[in-house]
This record gives sequence, structure tokens and C-alpha cells, in this order.
Amino acid sequence: MTPRTVLRRLALTAFLSIATAFWALPLLWLVTAPFDRRPGLTVSWPDWTLENFQRLAENPYAFSSLKNSVILAGGSMIGVTILAALAAYSLSRVRIPGRNALLYGLLLLSSIVTGTAAMVPIFQLMFSLNLIDDRSGVILVFIGGLLPAAIFILKDFMDATPKSYEESARVFGASSMQVLRHVMLPIVRPGLATIAVWTLVNVWSDFLISYILLRDPAKIPAGVVMYTFYSEGGQANLPLISAFSLVYALPVVALYLFVNRRYGFRFHGGIKS
Amino acid sequence: MASIHIDGLTKVYPGGVTAIDGLDLTIEDGSFFALLGPSGCGKTTLLRTIAGLEAVSAGTIHIAERDVTVLPPGDRNVAMVFQDYALFPHMSVNENIAYPLRIKKTGRSERTLKATETGTALGLEALMERRPAELSGGQQQRVALARAMACQPSVFLLDEPLSNLDARLRLEARSFLKRLQRELGVTTVFVTHDQSEALAMADQIAVMEKGRIRQLGTPSEIFRSPSNTFVANFIGSTPMNLLPGVLRGGTLRVGSASVGREAAGELAAWSAGAVDSGEVTVAFRPEYARVDGDGPLRFTGTVETLENLGASVLVTVRTGDDQRVQAVVPEGEEVDVGAGVHVAPVPGRILVYDARGELLRP
Amino acid sequence: MSAATIDAAGLGRRRAMLLVAPALILITAFLVIPALWTVYLGVTDYRLTGIQAANPQFVGLDNYRAALVDPAFRNALWLTLVFVFGSAIVGQTGAGFALAWTLRSVPKIVRTVVQTLVLLAWILPSSIVAFLWVAYLSRDDGTLNAILHTGGTDWLLAHPMLSIIVFNTWRGTAFSMLLFSAALGAVPPSQLEAARLSGAGTFAQLRDVVVPHIRGHVLTNTLLISLWTFNDFSPYLLTAGGPNHASEVLPVFIYNEALYGGQLGYGSAISFIMLFINLVIALFYVRLLRERR
Repeated sequence: MTPRTVLRRLALTAFLSIATAFWALPLLWLVTAPFDRRPGLTVSWPDWTLENFQRLAENPYAFSSLKNSVILAGGSMIGVTILAALAAYSLSRVRIPGRNALLYGLLLLSSIVTGTAAMVPIFQLMFSLNLIDDRSGVILVFIGGLLPAAIFILKDFMDATPKSYEESARVFGASSMQVLRHVMLPIVRPGLATIAVWTLVNVWSDFLISYILLRDPAKIPAGVVMYTFYSEGGQANLPLISAFSLVYALPVVALYLFVNRRYGFRFHGGIKS
Repeated sequence: MASIHIDGLTKVYPGGVTAIDGLDLTIEDGSFFALLGPSGCGKTTLLRTIAGLEAVSAGTIHIAERDVTVLPPGDRNVAMVFQDYALFPHMSVNENIAYPLRIKKTGRSERTLKATETGTALGLEALMERRPAELSGGQQQRVALARAMACQPSVFLLDEPLSNLDARLRLEARSFLKRLQRELGVTTVFVTHDQSEALAMADQIAVMEKGRIRQLGTPSEIFRSPSNTFVANFIGSTPMNLLPGVLRGGTLRVGSASVGREAAGELAAWSAGAVDSGEVTVAFRPEYARVDGDGPLRFTGTVETLENLGASVLVTVRTGDDQRVQAVVPEGEEVDVGAGVHVAPVPGRILVYDARGELLRP
Repeated sequence: MSAATIDAAGLGRRRAMLLVAPALILITAFLVIPALWTVYLGVTDYRLTGIQAANPQFVGLDNYRAALVDPAFRNALWLTLVFVFGSAIVGQTGAGFALAWTLRSVPKIVRTVVQTLVLLAWILPSSIVAFLWVAYLSRDDGTLNAILHTGGTDWLLAHPMLSIIVFNTWRGTAFSMLLFSAALGAVPPSQLEAARLSGAGTFAQLRDVVVPHIRGHVLTNTLLISLWTFNDFSPYLLTAGGPNHASEVLPVFIYNEALYGGQLGYGSAISFIMLFINLVIALFYVRLLRERR
């Protein structure tokens, strides 16, 4: 090894060590504190216990908020997947006039009308529709916001499927809905899984939309409860917060592992997943 | 069992491209029919209009005396095997073969039984639970055929049935398809761009160009007497010799070579017909030309190149009039490059086309 | 169904439109109408409570005029630019590229560990990571102070902008890292080898081989992460805009003005300005996307 390669090795090792520390240190608390008998804000070797989870089970808001998150994420997932599948199928296979303009228009719209930029009118709209504190209303907002990108992703999958599959089924007499059910949907299953998981993770992790549209403590989801746990005055209840964070984080991590193992990480027009 | 009648069929795509141009065609019941032509000639479009996958712009299609022009594909009682076979990747072989029966609402156990029966007939019994991706190209083709057979159609449509197979398998599949068609006796139309496939398999061939049929006939008719220079050029594994000539006063001249009608005698088809056609094209196949042979028409020149074709050698001779003439000689009888030779077409195998490229017939 | 349907699915236009309709209705209701409503609300003196709540008046461009001279708005706009530039364009792009570049040549286990950590920071729900950082940066017993021996420093109060910039770099680098990894994977190794054989150092390889190949990816990445960072609400979870508006980026400003302070009309005017800036960035992006197809 020449001195130059040694130097390069050292620089590389130093950079990666610093990067690892930078990303790992804030995360460590999430792993240690939930199992610590007396969790503090500092990361330390835990005095092992599962008591914190017991306290979590006793907290009424913790459980109901997780249930709300499941309702919101599940409802949005079902809505987005079904509606995106129908729309993407039509847009992929039929030359509806203005199809391309429509698609790019939708994509443009969904990237500019973000929850942040549109929080005032969305709040206003839901207020006038009397849908504040209504979980199905919030689900509709999520579906509307996530659909354009979902349609775009799914249309990519459908475009990549040879038309001969559908034509073959049609020659055998299948109706177009049968073609969709028997042939198209099973073939684009990876695409359906992608948008389903993407919707789940997005809604599960959301804070802002639920924060402005849901006020009733019995209806707010985990993301908002997490914030109220630590932002409300007084001494933060660290045993509760730590255990709750872990329980709230686990589904996302599990889904990520599932997608990564099953399909690998992919990009679709730069959509965040 | 069914014949197919096509009457004045025209297909114009939305972009304005005419794929089929006023085409009339009758396909006899039980025949094995080839639609042959270069890519873009409209052969696949024609097949797809018969299937009902493309709407026609004008004209009618009858299958078994029934007007199917506006019927959806599923109501025409046809089955189609696609170029890529279109086997559903998420279904097993059995489910694939049973799919047409599933559409017809046949009970699960009955259709599994029928699919197994059909699969067994095609030698697929050991593969029934596999997925298409686990099969070889030849096996996939058999599954696609079995699936087409399962719905007991009156017409089979095959789109480029051999193009997805490698060269060795293609020969096997050719004989297999021909045998299968004979056994089933179902009217079968297939599309191909490969003239040797069409010649080998079909009972009848329609050679197409630019949305029209340029010649319709049996393989031997099409090979022996192509009715125009397009077909002459397209058919044959070595390119036909096409030379400019003049036909006047019963004498045919090609460069410095010439032949009178007496000398050609009854052996040349043209000799009995036109006498003063003026500019013509003289054609003969390299397979029917002899090097250093004798005949009514003889070209003199030097050997330019030799191409080994395996059992034979393709000799290219450059004549004194700067024309190139090709002849096929058996392996072992080739001459040396640069040698002076005579090339003469076998009598009776000389074809003469008029200035419009149409064959002069007796 | 007649044979006149020419699409592979046999749907026909009318039924195709019927299938697209439900999606379009929801998109119209929750994306198009809010966007248009922003325009309308922005020219009224609408308030959440009080007399203007019942009977809003048309005030024309007053809200926009007010915004342009409002020091709080100018402050928010400036802080947003600093935030986007510091955390997205410098932080995420730089760290993302550096990680993608260095992780190519390390053992698989190292790569997996680093990538997983960076990805975790990206995929965890924002209220969790926000609390993790609140704990990490906390004054009395935060881990950062323990490591740096800077006990007693309240990072979120003393350096709020620096805190949210570092936080957002930590949070969002994963996307740039993944995008650049994919882009670098598509650089033909033969070209890198050719450059190395002719004696090019790391810098020369980057300049002559890598950059020309990934230029499009850099642009895509910059546009997308700028857009996301510009619209990122998570600074609210760390500092809520404080102390004393020192970290009040536009999304937080809008929330504080319109939904917390109740000035819906004024907040909408600011929202419209945000939508407009989003539109400009997104138009660039969609054009880029279309060119690539």
C-alpha cells in the first residue's frame, strides 16, 4: 500500500464512522429507553424491564390513538389502492382524450398542493362540510392527496404489462372487468403492494393533517398523541413516551423490511415512500 | 368447423395509416392457411381483425357463414395464440389451460379434468402444476396451444407461432404444428414473415404487401410461379435472379444473351403468350441455374464469390454486361473464384415479368 | 360492447372514464378545490372567529400587500430559504452523495448498517424523530451535551435554525443517498476504469466521468428535496417556530397565523404564495420527467 492509499483509507473510515455516529446517536434512545426502569433523556445502558409497556397498556389514549391510526391508515390504503387501480387501468389502456395532460396535471397538482401549503383551505373546507373531528373525512383528504402519485406509479406497472395478456383473455370471451380481476390485478400485484405500503406508511406517519382536522382526544391518531405526550406542560412522562414511540415506530420498520426484502427499494418518479 | 370469408376489408388506423386495403379472401374449411409478408404488410392486423381485436373500417368478415364483423372477440368462437404466448404468469399450466372454460362458467372440477385431458394430449401431463416461467419455450408454446384447444374453437389464429423458439426447436415445432392441425382438422390461420415457414407448413399461402394480397396459392404454386416480381423476390431462401431484358418479335434478350421462341419451345411459359412486350424482367432461381450447363439462355462471366451453404455452394458470377447472376451448385462441384464460366437456367424455370412486374402467363 | 372498441382491455372510452371518475372526484374535492379556495380566501378578510367569520369582506390584494411589508412574513421567507439551502441543497445533497460514493467500496455489512440507519431516520414518523431530537439536544441531560461536554447548552433555544437544519439533513438524506446510489450504479465501470488507467485521481474521475452521467439525477434530486423541505412542517415539532420567531419557517408561520392566530384570509394569501413557489419548482420537475420519457 502506498501512503496515498493509506491516507485514503483513513479518510474513508473517518467519514463513515462520523456518519454512523451522526445517524445512530439520536436513534439509540428509541432502543434503550423503552426497556429502562428509570428512563432519562440521556442514552444509557438500560436497567432492563418491561414495566414501561405495562404503563403504556394502562394509558387510555395510547391504545385508542393506535387504533385510530390503524383506521386512518387502513381506510386510506383501501381507498387509494382500489381507486388508483381502476383509474390507472383505464388510463393505461384507453386513449381518453387529454390523457397525458391529465396525468401530468395530476402529478403537478399533488406535488404543489401539499398539506402544508393547503392547510388553511383544507381546514376551511372540512369545517364547512362539518367534517372536523370526523375520521372518515380525514381519510377522504388523505385519499385525495395520495391518489395522483399512486395512479402514476400503478400506471407505470400496467404500461409494462404486455397487452397480449388481456387480448388473449378477451378472445376467450372474458369481459373487461373479468380481464381486470383475473389477469391485470394479479399481474401488477407488486405495484399494488407498493402503493398500499406507501399509503400506509404515509398516513401512519402523518402529523399535520390529523393535527388540524381532529381535535377530540378519542379520535386523534398516534402521531398527534405522541406530540401531545411531550409538548404538554409539566414533567414529560418518559416511561410512557419511550414505550409508546417504540410501539408506534415498529409497524413502519416492519413494513419497510417487508418491502425491501420482497421487492427491493425502487423509485417511481421520485415519490417518497 | 368453419370457413372464413373476408369481403372488401379495409382497416385505417386513427393516424391515417392504411393497414388493410380493400382485401377479399376466402379461407376454406379445415385448411392450414399462411398470411405471409414483410413486416408492416398488414398480415398481423388482418389476423387481429379476424379475432375481433381490431375494429374494421369497411368490409365484412364471415366465419362459418355468420357475419362476425362487429362481434366482440369472445363471441366469434375463435382462439388465438399470441406471439409471446400470453400465458398468465400467476396461473399454473392447468389453470391457464382451464381459463377459457372458467370464462364459460364450467365447474372447477370439470374444467380441471378437461384441462388435464387436453394437456395430456399435448404431452404436458408432467407439467400441469408448474408456472409458465418454469417452462421452456417449446413447452410454453404447447401450453398456449392447449389453452386455445380447450375452448374448442372453430378457427385457430396463430400470430408468428415459431418466432419465439430457437432455431433447432423451430423445425420440431413446425412438424408438430402441422401434424396437430391435420389431426384436429380445425381451420387454422397463421401469420409469418418467414417464407420457409409458410412453404413448409401451409396448405394455402396469401403473400401480402402494403395491405393487399399479391398472390394466393399453394406453396408449390407460389414457389414455382410467383405471379409478380414482389413475390418472386420474397419467396426462396436464396434471392431470385432478376435481370432486365427485352422481349420483341418473340425473341427474349438479356444483355448479350438471347433466346428465340423456337429454341425456348414449350419449356418456357412466356413463349406461348406475349410476343412484343418490350421491357421485361427475366427471373430464375439460383437453385435452377447450372454452372457450365447448356440451355436456351446462357450467360458468360467470371466467378466473383463463393458462399458455402452447407450441402451446396452459392456461386456469384459477374457477366460481361456487368450483371450478377447466382447459381447454386452441389458441394464439391464448385469452381474457382476468377474462373470463366457459363451459367444457364434450367429450361421451363425461366419466368418473364412485364414492365409492371406481372408474370407473363401462357 | 361492440368490436369498435380498439383498446386491449375492451373497455371503451365511456366506461374508462367511468372508472377514472371516482378518483378524479376525490382529487378535485381535496386538491383542486383547496387550491382554488386559497385564491378566494386570500382576497378576503376572513377570520376564524369574530364578525369577519360570519361575513367576510372582499379586500382585494390587501393581504398580499400586508404580507410583503410584514416583517414577520419576510423573516419567515428568509428563514425558509436558509432552511432549504442549508438542509436540502447543501446538507442532504452533500451527505447523500458522499454516502453513495463512499458506500460503493466498503464491505457489504458496513454498507447495510449505514444505509439502514440513514433509512430509519427517513421512514420513522415525524413526531417520533422530533422527540428523539428533542431528547438528544436537551439542555440538562441530552446525549449530545454529554458527548461534547457542553452541558447546559440548550441547542434548540440558542441555535434554533442550526438545530432544524442539522435535524432535517439527518432526516432526509436517505432519499439523495438512494437516488445517487442508483445513478452511480448506472455509470459504466469501464469508463471509470479507463479514467483510472489514464491516471485520473478521485476528483478527476468525478469531474470527467461521474458528473456528466448523473447531471440529470442531481437536478431531479435538488428539485424534489427542495420542494419537500420547503413544505416540511416538522420544524414545528421541534421548536414551534420559536424562540421568538427565530425558526419560524413558512409552513410554521402559516399555521401560527391562520390556524392558531385565526387570520384565515391573511394565512391564505401566504399559502397562495407558497403554492406559487411550489408550482414553479414542480413545473421544472415535471418538464424534466417528460423529457426523460
